Amino acid sequence: MNNIIIEIKNLRKDYHVGEVTVHALRGVDLNIHEGEFVAIMGASGSGKSTMLNILGCLDKPTSGDYLLDGINVNTMNKDALARLRNKKLGFVFQSYNLLARTTALENVELPLYYNPQVKSKDRRESALRALEAVGLSDRIHHMSNQLSGGQQQRVAIARSLVNDPVLILADEPTGNLDTRTSFEIMELFQHLNEKGRTIVYVTHEPDIAKFATRNVTFRDGKIQRESIVTDRLNATEILKTLPVEIIEEFDV
Amino acid sequence: MNFSNLFRIAIRALIRNKLRAFLTMLGIIIGVASVIAMLAIGEGSKQNIRAEMSSMGTNLVMVMPNMQRRGGVSLGASSSMALKYSDVVALRNEATSLASVSPEVRASGQVIFSNQNTQTTIYGVSEEYLSIKKLDILSGRFFNANEIKSMAKVCILGQTVIENLFGAGADPTGLTIRVKNLPFLIIGVLKDKGESGMGQDQDDLILAPYTTVQRRLAAIDYINGIYASAVSEEKSAAAISEIKEILRRTHKLKDSAENDFRVMSQSELIETVSSITDILTYLLGAIAGISLLVGGIGIMNIMFVSVTERTREIGLRMSIGGRGRDILKQFLVESMLLSILGGALGIVFGYLIAILAGSIMDSPIVVTTQSVVLAFVVCFVIGVFFGWYPARKAANLNPIDALRYE
Repeated sequence: MNNIIIEIKNLRKDYHVGEVTVHALRGVDLNIHEGEFVAIMGASGSGKSTMLNILGCLDKPTSGDYLLDGINVNTMNKDALARLRNKKLGFVFQSYNLLARTTALENVELPLYYNPQVKSKDRRESALRALEAVGLSDRIHHMSNQLSGGQQQRVAIARSLVNDPVLILADEPTGNLDTRTSFEIMELFQHLNEKGRTIVYVTHEPDIAKFATRNVTFRDGKIQRESIVTDRLNATEILKTLPVEIIEEFDV
Repeated sequence: MNFSNLFRIAIRALIRNKLRAFLTMLGIIIGVASVIAMLAIGEGSKQNIRAEMSSMGTNLVMVMPNMQRRGGVSLGASSSMALKYSDVVALRNEATSLASVSPEVRASGQVIFSNQNTQTTIYGVSEEYLSIKKLDILSGRFFNANEIKSMAKVCILGQTVIENLFGAGADPTGLTIRVKNLPFLIIGVLKDKGESGMGQDQDDLILAPYTTVQRRLAAIDYINGIYASAVSEEKSAAAISEIKEILRRTHKLKDSAENDFRVMSQSELIETVSSITDILTYLLGAIAGISLLVGGIGIMNIMFVSVTERTREIGLRMSIGGRGRDILKQFLVESMLLSILGGALGIVFGYLIAILAGSIMDSPIVVTTQSVVLAFVVCFVIGVFFGWYPARKAANLNPIDALRYE
């Protein structure tokens, strides 16, 4: 068996809203191994977003243990968590969250600016490599607002790759994209996964979840169902069956 | 994140909102410009006054009779008779820190030449007076000891008197004028001296031997004042105490009695005037400084807007590893850039305003290094002070909330 990237034991998270306590997570156990491609599903309010925030070290659990790549996150302070995110994690968001009026290259370089050990020459090289990996080598000097949604999401994925993270976390990565572009993004994720990247993404679309190797479904703050995907979809093949659109993407 | 990157981010953020950045800076620009202009004008007029007062001689020491009171009752006119010629003699003989001493007796009156007349003051003085007051003879000569002794009716005219009686530029040496109905022979003419620092015409005068003025014109046995020059400017303080000591003795004043005279030195007077202009300058500067404060508040305001606008960017930066202090620095650099850029522009504008004001008011302008350094330091402080709170707010954002901010 591969290394365990994520090890979660009896994780709980409570929110205090006024005098009411909301139990967002009520005892979650979850292990994710290196090279896995996991889709987290669930209705809104099921706790999946809270789970993702905790996995992303943006939030701390109320109780329970969370080990990321063997490191216990619970005892870390804010600055240490920021450094951990910088070195171990990559984020992809539903709304891309690129810096406006900034080139693709600079957007991808951004995480490395927060790592003082990376020299400016290495920073550029890593960013170019990441952009190549997402197939955007010809768009490196385009401003983020000159790119289509799919291209913007690719830049965001390149940004999540640039620091060579142990885990890529994606929050509804296809939520703002049309079907074809969604499949293209999933194709990219599948390629990355084949090369050994560990990817965890949140989605509420069962179709999109079928691209993963494993599905984890949340309900009422607990894992309702965990299953290996048997009828796994291959994005490349699906894309071949789709009619080729005349105008695929807009170039500005 | 190192400084050059922070600087680049800040520059880009400002360029993205050029107009907004400029309007924000305008507050600082106006504030700094007015401080620089006020200080430049103030400093210029101070140096102007100092220069003019120094032209009268920085080692000048004056003795005036003091208004005396006895039991709370002013003795009025009689106390102005306190100084006698014997005091001049005593000072000449005893004061070691004085180079020369001259009495001054004043008489005002009408001066007539042919069908022209003018009202002026006739100063009765001794030969030393010229060097003490730094006056120069333009033509003719000054009176001598014999003429003082004999109460000769000779006089030297200032340029304003000449202008009033003979027309500008005339040389009336050798002519005779009538002063209070006495004929005076003009033996010399004084060089033009211009206005004093206090705006007094220093050429509206007639000089005559003090004996002549005392006896023939004023008919008094006392003198109105003593003018002396200290050996050097540094000695003028010593000269003052020496004069006090000698005059108290010659006036036979008891220890408990107040001085019946006042001693002032020109350097003391310059200091007094300088300190008054200093106070005025700082007052104006402080008023101008208030607009700097307002400008700083403008910066704080716009930084809050900037933080709110870029909440998602802040969230992103945090999620990819930006620490609170990285975010803090980013916004601090931006606000400091705003204020320092505004300050630099303000200094340039202030300088131009000062030059313009100087040419309109016809007074010199002195932009001191201190005022420029002060402006820069103040801008730096304003940038940090007013940028701190918004930057703090940005740094303390919760990344999850910031990422979701719409």
